[in-house]
Amino acid sequence: MTRYALRRLAIGLVQVLAVVTAVFLLVQALPGDAAVALAGDNPDPRRIEEIRAAMGLDQPALDRFGAWLSGLARGDLGVSLVSGRPVVEFLADGLGPTLILAVVSLVLLVPLSVLLGVVAALREGGVVDRVLTTVTVGLHSIPEFALAVVLIAVFGVQLGWLPPTAVGADLLAQPQVLVLPLVVLLARPVCSVSRLVRAGMIDALASDHVRHARRLGIGEQRVRFAHALPNAVAPAVQQLARTTDWLLGGVIVVEAVFVIPGLGTILVDAVAGRDLPVVQGLAVVFAVTTVLVNLVADLVGFRLAPRSAVVA
Amino acid sequence: MPTRRHFLGLLSLAALSGCATPAAPQASAPKAGGRLRAAFAGGGAKEVLDPHLANLFVEAARAKAMFDKLADLGADVSAQPRLAEKWEPDATLTKWRITLRDTKFHNGQPVRAEDVLASYARILDPNRAFRAKSSLSLVDLANSRAVDARTVEFALKRPFIEFPNALAAFGAYIVPAGAEDFSEPVGSGPFSFVSFEPGKSVVLKKNPDYWEGAPHLDELEFVIANEESARANALLGGQVQYAHDLTPTTARSHTDGRIAIHRSPNSAVQAFAMKLDRPPFDNRDLREAMFLLADRQQLVESVLAGSGQVANDLFGKGYQYYADDIPQRTRDLDKAKFLIRKAGAEGLTVRLDTSTAAAGMVEAATVFADQAKGSGLTIEVVTGNKDSYWSDTLKNGSLSSFRSGAMPIETHIAQRLLSDSGTNVTKWARPEFDELYRKAVSTVDVGERTSLYREMQRSLHAEGGYLMWGFADWIVGAAPNVGGISTAPANTLDWARFDKVWLG
Repeated sequence: MTRYALRRLAIGLVQVLAVVTAVFLLVQALPGDAAVALAGDNPDPRRIEEIRAAMGLDQPALDRFGAWLSGLARGDLGVSLVSGRPVVEFLADGLGPTLILAVVSLVLLVPLSVLLGVVAALREGGVVDRVLTTVTVGLHSIPEFALAVVLIAVFGVQLGWLPPTAVGADLLAQPQVLVLPLVVLLARPVCSVSRLVRAGMIDALASDHVRHARRLGIGEQRVRFAHALPNAVAPAVQQLARTTDWLLGGVIVVEAVFVIPGLGTILVDAVAGRDLPVVQGLAVVFAVTTVLVNLVADLVGFRLAPRSAVVA
Repeated sequence: MPTRRHFLGLLSLAALSGCATPAAPQASAPKAGGRLRAAFAGGGAKEVLDPHLANLFVEAARAKAMFDKLADLGADVSAQPRLAEKWEPDATLTKWRITLRDTKFHNGQPVRAEDVLASYARILDPNRAFRAKSSLSLVDLANSRAVDARTVEFALKRPFIEFPNALAAFGAYIVPAGAEDFSEPVGSGPFSFVSFEPGKSVVLKKNPDYWEGAPHLDELEFVIANEESARANALLGGQVQYAHDLTPTTARSHTDGRIAIHRSPNSAVQAFAMKLDRPPFDNRDLREAMFLLADRQQLVESVLAGSGQVANDLFGKGYQYYADDIPQRTRDLDKAKFLIRKAGAEGLTVRLDTSTAAAGMVEAATVFADQAKGSGLTIEVVTGNKDSYWSDTLKNGSLSSFRSGAMPIETHIAQRLLSDSGTNVTKWARPEFDELYRKAVSTVDVGERTSLYREMQRSLHAEGGYLMWGFADWIVGAAPNVGGISTAPANTLDWARFDKVWLG
């Protein structure tokens, strides 16, 4: 398993390099550069040229990419074109809010969706199962921005029960600002993960090894939770990995609506300002998290259900 | 003008709620104390506290809270003395003697002539690209000097009666000599620095020794909320007391008194730019036909949702030197048809380039194309990329959408309407017009100067390339207990100014 993990990490490194190269090329292909973005409305062409020279944008693109790559090899992500602040500071600023949202979401998501999935599976076809199915399928079809808009209008503005945004707030000191964003973030993953757990549990309960365990006279609770559940959760782990990746990638819409200055907001601002070093730095972070999260998910899936061999 | 940011626009849905009877902003007697939180759109990576780099609205507002310029723009967009107590040109208008106010920076050091010269030298540094550079480029720094601690003598490269406009240029702030690190900025403005979290908040406290009187507020916090709907929601939820830059739709849907809407008229001009150096708009009759095709009232009602006024193809309504004696143009379809036939343009299709680079441009282009139906001329709207609109699209084609924020009429002419202007979008290049401008900026008598500006505006009105159809209001929301919010046009001194604001 260690060899497998190392090999995956090596492939991951290549993937990260491919991602940052693609991001560099894509941002280059966007119309306008940092100088144009900074010059604003009705810019004087002479000023755009001056800004380009001041930022070093008059250097060939390949040279700039090469310089950035050699910096990356030394662990230096460079400085923002526009403000001159180190890119690492941007990442550190955005990582805090993003991590808080992701960790709290996952801590709530896993028990909640497993519980709902198991309850529905054990009552397959019953009233509880049908109600849960209806609600989860319905909720899953609502895009998060629509849910956010409705929740803010009702609970934030009309009823005034919860803060409508997290503007200027310290997320840990004022946790009430996190309630609405967390509801929005959890709504869809809870539905998709609990659906997978339900399906997995139904399959597992009908599987040969569970029937065998029952024949051996193992108690029903133990059969359900020690034998069926791990197999039931294994397919959901991949979905959890995707959700984790999504949460760590900065959930742009939720951040924008609730004014949470996480990685997504930094990405949007950096792309709008064509601040290439910041975009590149974020691409590295996102690519690394994706590789790691998926690796961990495969290893966890392997532990939960060793029989489903991992394609190495 | 700083860039307005528009993305995820559909989220503004959240800000819509019921309508009730309109409530006027409540005023109360000024009251001291309290902390006001103001929400602005920000720029993440772009956000800096260096006042010379100020570019976004939030940066301009923060810079004005912490720093002073020698002059700034008043309600009629003419330069008013600020850190400069007074200015006196010599007879040639090339030497200007400026007396500074007796005041101090936040660190207790006096504001000296040396600081002024150092600030301007920093802005004019050939290796850097500060925004005020082009406005101040007529200063001959080598021959300018500090006469004494509070007197500066500026030498100019040419006679220029409007030199105070340059002193009021966007970003021309006075910083202590040698200042390069702005992580804890020191200025002379009404508020002093407390803390900064980029992309999130800036906290300032009042400067009790401010030369114009201490602010009413004890503390001022700028917070960043990029989405217009988020700013409106934060205001409705009581999380902020001031929300900058709201849309007309939001303003219209909140008339129930929960929030007060403050409108600054004549803040931005909306226009179409015709290029005079190429067909078809090198034909004067066709330009006049275009002027007559526009139903300006309808454009204001639909595109600006009524939050604005019609324009008369001239920049700067209500500003100093504005030619308000020229009759307002109105739609005249028959005359337009006649002129189109006369210009031989019947059956012609003209491409109108536009983009979402500024609010309302695409909508205006679409409405105008509709208004041109039945005139013999067909206008085909082409929506281009918003990111390269100002730098590329506007240079090409023959007809494009245009928008501009407030600036003195002199600056508008200098930047856009002279043969050698940097952003001459309409390609208006007339030696006799250049000559009028040169004469105006070297004329001391204000009456004589005004008549020269009016003469320039008459020729622009008659045959210029800008079809200016409307002036948009700048819209700000505030809690009903906030007093002292000015309605001077955006980009002027009193806009987004917080030392005169109080919490009732």
